[in-house]
Amino acid sequence: MKKKLLAVLCATGLLTAALTGCGNNETQTTGTTEQTETTVVETQETEEDTQATEETETEDAANLSGTISLAGSTSMEKLCEAMSESFMEKYPGITVTVEYTGSGAGLESLASGSVDIGNSSRHLKDEELSGGAVENVVAIDGIAVIEDKENTVTDISAEDLAKIYTGEISNWSELGGKDEAIVVIGREAGSGTRDAFEELLEVADNCAYAQELDSTGAVLAKVASTPGAIGYVSLDVVDDSVIAISIDGIEPTEEKILAGNYLLSRPFVMATNGEISAQNDLVKTWFDYIKSENGKAVISQVGLIIPE
Amino acid sequence: MKKKAIIEKTAKIIFMICAVIAIFAVCSITLYMFMKGAPTFQKVGVSELLFGTKWAPTAKEPSYGILYIILSSVVGTFASVLIGVPIGLLTAVFLSEIAGKHLGSVVRGAVELLAAIPSVIYGLIGMMVLNPWMYQLEKSVFGSNSSHKFTGGANMLSAIIVLAIMILPTVISVSTSSLKAVPDNLRSASLALGATKMQTIFQVVIPAAKSGILTGVVLGIGRALGEAMAINMVAGGAVNIPLPFNSVRTLTTQIVSEMGYAQGLHRQVLFSVGLVLYIFIMIVNFILLKARKKGVGE
Repeated sequence: MKKKLLAVLCATGLLTAALTGCGNNETQTTGTTEQTETTVVETQETEEDTQATEETETEDAANLSGTISLAGSTSMEKLCEAMSESFMEKYPGITVTVEYTGSGAGLESLASGSVDIGNSSRHLKDEELSGGAVENVVAIDGIAVIEDKENTVTDISAEDLAKIYTGEISNWSELGGKDEAIVVIGREAGSGTRDAFEELLEVADNCAYAQELDSTGAVLAKVASTPGAIGYVSLDVVDDSVIAISIDGIEPTEEKILAGNYLLSRPFVMATNGEISAQNDLVKTWFDYIKSENGKAVISQVGLIIPE
Repeated sequence: MKKKAIIEKTAKIIFMICAVIAIFAVCSITLYMFMKGAPTFQKVGVSELLFGTKWAPTAKEPSYGILYIILSSVVGTFASVLIGVPIGLLTAVFLSEIAGKHLGSVVRGAVELLAAIPSVIYGLIGMMVLNPWMYQLEKSVFGSNSSHKFTGGANMLSAIIVLAIMILPTVISVSTSSLKAVPDNLRSASLALGATKMQTIFQVVIPAAKSGILTGVVLGIGRALGEAMAINMVAGGAVNIPLPFNSVRTLTTQIVSEMGYAQGLHRQVLFSVGLVLYIFIMIVNFILLKARKKGVGE
């Protein structure tokens, strides 16, 4: 009976800690640290209670406590969520908060000092760099343009690709292929892949899609099964069921993207004010974690390329 | 004696609580939809939202017109009812009036199975089988007409066909039971007056079962209007005028496909889309209520 009671108490304690933790995530971006610290202490205590065996491992981690705040690119949501989740598991004392306000807004928040890290899904502009921001590329996002297996056009110029997506070219014969209508497949509004594709190809808000699908898998399946179809997906999901088209003669491979030659790729930047070495311990720990094996695993797990 | 009274009372309270849960759920959902969906109408403008034809929520100058989306839902639903109801009604007539015991049970079993198939299966088959057929049809209709935007077969027509099949079980089962409820003396009287069996069915039995059949039709409309998964898989999902060979998006698929990454006003507008759908469903249910009352009155 006593055991049961204890278990219930423990569970309640954990739940409360979790709930308050969640609540804080939303409200504490303004920088009220007092509340956070109490939560952090609570969480630590429960951690110690329940995971006494793991204590040796997390001892180092438990010494660190505080908050890291990030703001910026919406496209980096998947990466940031996965990274912060995995990070906070290892460092239970640290709370990571991420706001998705857009690259420009994130860098502005960084410049004004309201966040530790500004997320940007593009290279920093000169005026941003001269303001003291330092560009730390944590991952690279690559997009592959795919077509069905029967298609004979395997290389395309960026210009023609843009024309396909804006509807100016509607038959593969115009590009030297078979007489087959082009079925233009894309993602739904709000998708990060669509944003990146349209932005990098400079066809934003101009695309005439025949189909708008709501997942990477759906695009892949549709393109594979529809003769004359063209679509775009994250580079990592491309498989044998489709052909990944070269753009301006450059195949979409990790090597080409790392070399910076492939058009449809963009860096995911976590910018800091000054070099990483000049940051506080928490931020340093964050970047160390990203560069660790665990961090790299997270990056590849969300389908991104690890920069050199 | 006392114990019995307590049990009686507790049971009553438990029943009451269960009933209240349903009412509470409906009320809170309604309240939530209006609270979440209504403010956006003001922000975007009622006419711009409902009668705008351009859906570009993430553009630099966003535009939130959902007219084509509403039209796609309406056209898709009515076209599928137009196809599904005659087939369903005639199947119901077959089941209740014509089929023998053995054949009847086979057909009934098939209909019940049809009702039990999850909508994602309909979508999958539609995507893998129906869409390629539609693409062949599309190619033969439009040929090398370069002004047509080829959709690869994911179009309004596919959606209508899938929906028509999906509403069949509802229409059939409700119509069958209402046809069966028609008293036998009506049939006997008609036959005795010299009417043939077909004349009896179409001029006596079906009119007598009218309100029940209507209930089936309205339920079918509700099902077609609310279906999301299967449509999402076969209809293409681009916002277009609901023409047979255009890729379309309905109210339901609009929410399903964009909720994942939508932010800010875009997200709020999706709640408004939900509200519009909710109002449509309420109207359908209101008609259903009327139809049932009328049935009872007769």
